[in-house]
Amino acid sequence: MNDQPVIEIENLWKSFGTNQVLKGFTMNLFTGENVVVMGKSGSGKSVLIKCIIGLLPVDSGKLMVLGKSIPELNQKELDRLRMDVGFQFQGSALYDSMTVRENLEFPLRRHPEKLQGLDRNKLVEEALENVGLAHAIDMMPAELSGGMKKRVALARTIIMRPKIILYDEPTSGLDPVTGKEISYLMNAIKEMYNASSIIITHDLACAHITGNRMIILHDGINYAEATYDALSKSPNEPVKAFFE
Amino acid sequence: MAGMRTLKTYFAETGEITLFTARYFREFLFPPYEFRELLRQCFLIGNKSLALVSITGFIMGVVLTLQTRPTLVEFGAESWMPAMVGIAIVREIGPVVTALICAGKIGSGIGAELASMKVTEQIDAMEVSGTNPFKYLVITRVTACILMLPVLVILSDFVSLIGSAIVEHLKGGVSFQLYFSNVFEYLKFGDLIPSVSKLFFFGLAIGIIGCYKGFTSKKGTEGVGRTANSAVVISSMLVFVLDFIAVLITDIFYEL
Ligand SMILES: Nc1ncnc2c1ncn2[C@@H]1O[C@H](COP(=O)(O)OP(=O)(O)OP(=O)(O)O)[C@@H](O)[C@H]1O
Ligand SMILES: [Mg+2]
Repeated sequence: MNDQPVIEIENLWKSFGTNQVLKGFTMNLFTGENVVVMGKSGSGKSVLIKCIIGLLPVDSGKLMVLGKSIPELNQKELDRLRMDVGFQFQGSALYDSMTVRENLEFPLRRHPEKLQGLDRNKLVEEALENVGLAHAIDMMPAELSGGMKKRVALARTIIMRPKIILYDEPTSGLDPVTGKEISYLMNAIKEMYNASSIIITHDLACAHITGNRMIILHDGINYAEATYDALSKSPNEPVKAFFE
Repeated sequence: MAGMRTLKTYFAETGEITLFTARYFREFLFPPYEFRELLRQCFLIGNKSLALVSITGFIMGVVLTLQTRPTLVEFGAESWMPAMVGIAIVREIGPVVTALICAGKIGSGIGAELASMKVTEQIDAMEVSGTNPFKYLVITRVTACILMLPVLVILSDFVSLIGSAIVEHLKGGVSFQLYFSNVFEYLKFGDLIPSVSKLFFFGLAIGIIGCYKGFTSKKGTEGVGRTANSAVVISSMLVFVLDFIAVLITDIFYEL
């Protein structure tokens, strides 16, 4: 089981007009592992995971998620697949006209089949408890701190019990202590839901805590790939720059 | 050169708005239908503009009557007052003024709301969680505009006529009963058809422009303000253009 990747990316190309962002990117994600992707601002990290979830169309290359080729799926198949893939946005992306409860209920409304025999309220409460925010259930997003927003967004992601979670800078904009709390929470969630994750981050502490493996995205390709410890000792200039 | 480029973006945008409108009608027909959100939007639109529309309607009625009164008195035609004001308000002033207020209040609100949802990736988040954002956000808001504008116009017309009747009562001693029976004597049902049918297009224009501008707004929070602004400018202008076309068409029918 463990040698079958849940995400398989090979020679992926993506450009916006004349701006070549991904130039033959390759990576795999296996069951039950966390892969950290690091890269400079603007290197295309967000673009990469938006391609994975089908928010952006790719130019060419192989992109398989849970055995399905993303570019070949129609809208219905894509929606079905997205039930199993959670996406944590860089800015949390909470719906600011809705309460925390309504935010969490929103992904449930389109997928009643996944709710069979489960109580909607229970699911919401359980997800909030798992991120330590049970008391915030009736608050509006505007009333939450940055760290709380990230937690609520995390709860909204895990409520669908995804097999894969894609994190876009889960700790950015937080103080180091809260950042670490979120990182440990991500590890706890991985254990709880047995999910595999791609984690995009600039935060070394987060990368160290959560990552089983690390990839440096540089110049549109998978520039270096190893464990945190191995990469942190690398003499290679662009790699070294991240650990200074 | 710069002029050419502006002209090119103008035509490109017109084309995109046309496609956006076509998409509205296409997706409107197919499920899933977001009834709850539609009802919520109708309520919000009504709630937001009720006071504004009533106040401006009342003032329009009062001002129109006060200003035309001396002229009519001079020609000894004061008894024409209810008919004249009634027709002016129901056929033209009520729909156009209310539509302009809605373009300002609702069009800018929709534009700013969707633009900030776009910038903060809330629209992407919807898409990822399996909800079609076009159906959930655009269809509901545009439909709510189309449905609520006639309601607001009827309210505005009614309040205007009351304002006018009050002036007539105070200045000319005309009873409310006489005033309104006079208005309805001259106001034909046929007067309602052109004004209601142009309201459909006003509502469509206000909703579509607000949503289109919001959906296509560029990154950055300053984009939100600019979006709201251009939504108001374009939809107000469209209200006048559509009104002009509607009046031309009605004119042809009157001559027949
Ligand atoms: N929707 C889009 N349209 C056009 N260009 C885009 C779009 N999204 C991203 N880009 C471009 O792709 C490049 C990579 O952007 P991306 O958001 O992936 O960077 P990032 O690695 O996530 O950076 P950061 O760490 O700042 O979030 C940038 O040059 C950006 O301008
Ligand atoms: Mg990014």
